[in-house]
Amino acid sequence: MTARVTALSDAIAAHVRDGACVALEGFTHLIPFAAGHEIIRQGRRNLHLVRMTPDLIYDQMIGMGCASRLTFSWGGNPGVGSLHRLRDAIEHQWPAPLEIDEHTHAGVAAAYSAGAAGLPFATLRGYLGTDLPSVNPRIRSVDCPFTGERLAAVPAINPEVTILHAQRADRHGNVAMHGIIGAQREAAFAARALIVTVEEIVEELPPAMNGIVLPHWIVSAVAQCPGGAYPSYVHGRYPRDNAFYQRWDAIARERAGFLAWMNRHVLASRDHATFLASLRQVA
Amino acid sequence: MSDWTRDEMMTVAAARMLWDGCVCFVGIGLPSAACNLARLTHAPDVVLIYESGTVGTRPDVLPLSIGDGELADTAACVIPLPEVFSYLLQAGRVDVGFLGAAQVDRHGNLNSTVIGPYHAPKTRLPGAGGATEIAAHARQVFVMLKATPRSLVAQLDFRTSGGFLEGHGARAKTSMRGTGPQSVITDYGVLKPHPDSDELQLSALFDGATVDAARAATGWPLKVAATVGTIAPPTAVELETLRALHARTREAHRRPVRLPA
Repeated sequence: MTARVTALSDAIAAHVRDGACVALEGFTHLIPFAAGHEIIRQGRRNLHLVRMTPDLIYDQMIGMGCASRLTFSWGGNPGVGSLHRLRDAIEHQWPAPLEIDEHTHAGVAAAYSAGAAGLPFATLRGYLGTDLPSVNPRIRSVDCPFTGERLAAVPAINPEVTILHAQRADRHGNVAMHGIIGAQREAAFAARALIVTVEEIVEELPPAMNGIVLPHWIVSAVAQCPGGAYPSYVHGRYPRDNAFYQRWDAIARERAGFLAWMNRHVLASRDHATFLASLRQVA
Repeated sequence: MSDWTRDEMMTVAAARMLWDGCVCFVGIGLPSAACNLARLTHAPDVVLIYESGTVGTRPDVLPLSIGDGELADTAACVIPLPEVFSYLLQAGRVDVGFLGAAQVDRHGNLNSTVIGPYHAPKTRLPGAGGATEIAAHARQVFVMLKATPRSLVAQLDFRTSGGFLEGHGARAKTSMRGTGPQSVITDYGVLKPHPDSDELQLSALFDGATVDAARAATGWPLKVAATVGTIAPPTAVELETLRALHARTREAHRRPVRLPA
């Protein structure tokens, strides 16, 4: 398959269907906000969202009614408090009921790794001393055939689409990223389709002996999208807007205020550049 | 009236428990402040690991999130997240895990998932994150939380992370590799497990705190160790270092970010 350099809106329209299992990864760093906003604009419904830390982007997608199921391991606004839209969905089924498939970080990391390796499940010495297996039937156990030790088992995660943001890609679709990379590489190789937004598309990437390069033949679509991780960050380009993460607490606390903000900044913007321009007007 | 806050006393007491060179898995909030205070005072070579994959990090300001760029910029290395949990934590290469929680019970089990029933929550909390496996596999665990009868509870609403389970050696029968919560640092003093029952008991009080106040802030009948120590107040150096760290942090987090073009 040849990677295609395309517009973000075309990539989302081509690969993300209603009801799909979709993972937008990025552990605090390189969170693909622009892609999440485009999914909201295109009005996708009943998505099964997967992400270790739902963060603000899933708070927004859940609050806008895109999701019916969530696989996750830590659902807060880091260093600030609650994700109010996620809580409203779990506690009050607003705007729609949300089925949750709850894990630990170690479990999701292992499940992505198994998915990337084409294995049916992951095993780990995990989920010990916790009530999680009693509320999540997908957390099971397996006996080691060599030592007899009972280990935890979780099914592999193989998203229909994984979406990432990265620093750079070349025109063939090879993708380079550096900094905190979370479980992005595993989520990329586990997916059936991979969409990557990047700050910059260059003619050729320099050889990256140990840098993270996703090879073009696993990349379904690349879209140039400067600022595409804002308000999270891109190492070497722009910092995390911690003040925005703190402001989000008040923006998302009440349904009406949240909807007004989303309408004004996301739905009324035709793309990410317009979204960023709308925030500049406020600042 | 002392000239330091309870938060400061907790942070200083926790920092003192870390030794130079120890490998410490850090949580956001009070634990992060305590670990960096230790690094900036008596333990310059403490190895701080944040679950984002930043190893041996030496941040100038405290991160707001577990993965701020500051942590990567000042790290000895940045590794993929699956390796943090498998190669470092699960394989037993972490000396101390530092955790917070909404609720702790008398056996040091932690809840950070939900208040009320899981399927009909009164308050949905963020959940496990790295805590369950940190609690299982770090060689020892320190817990930090403010004491109230709603946080130190007789019965957890949900067990997110295992401490000593039902006590009386129950943990040792599992494949949890670490020794469990060896210290719970509250804002009146420190609880430590009884060697036989594994029940947390009052081991030391902060200067000015009383056994009665500790009992009033605990949701189970708190037992008291045969000798209860007194934790020395913060030194001038500890307080100055901590306050300067917080001042730098506040300034950095307020700094406006220029929106990317």
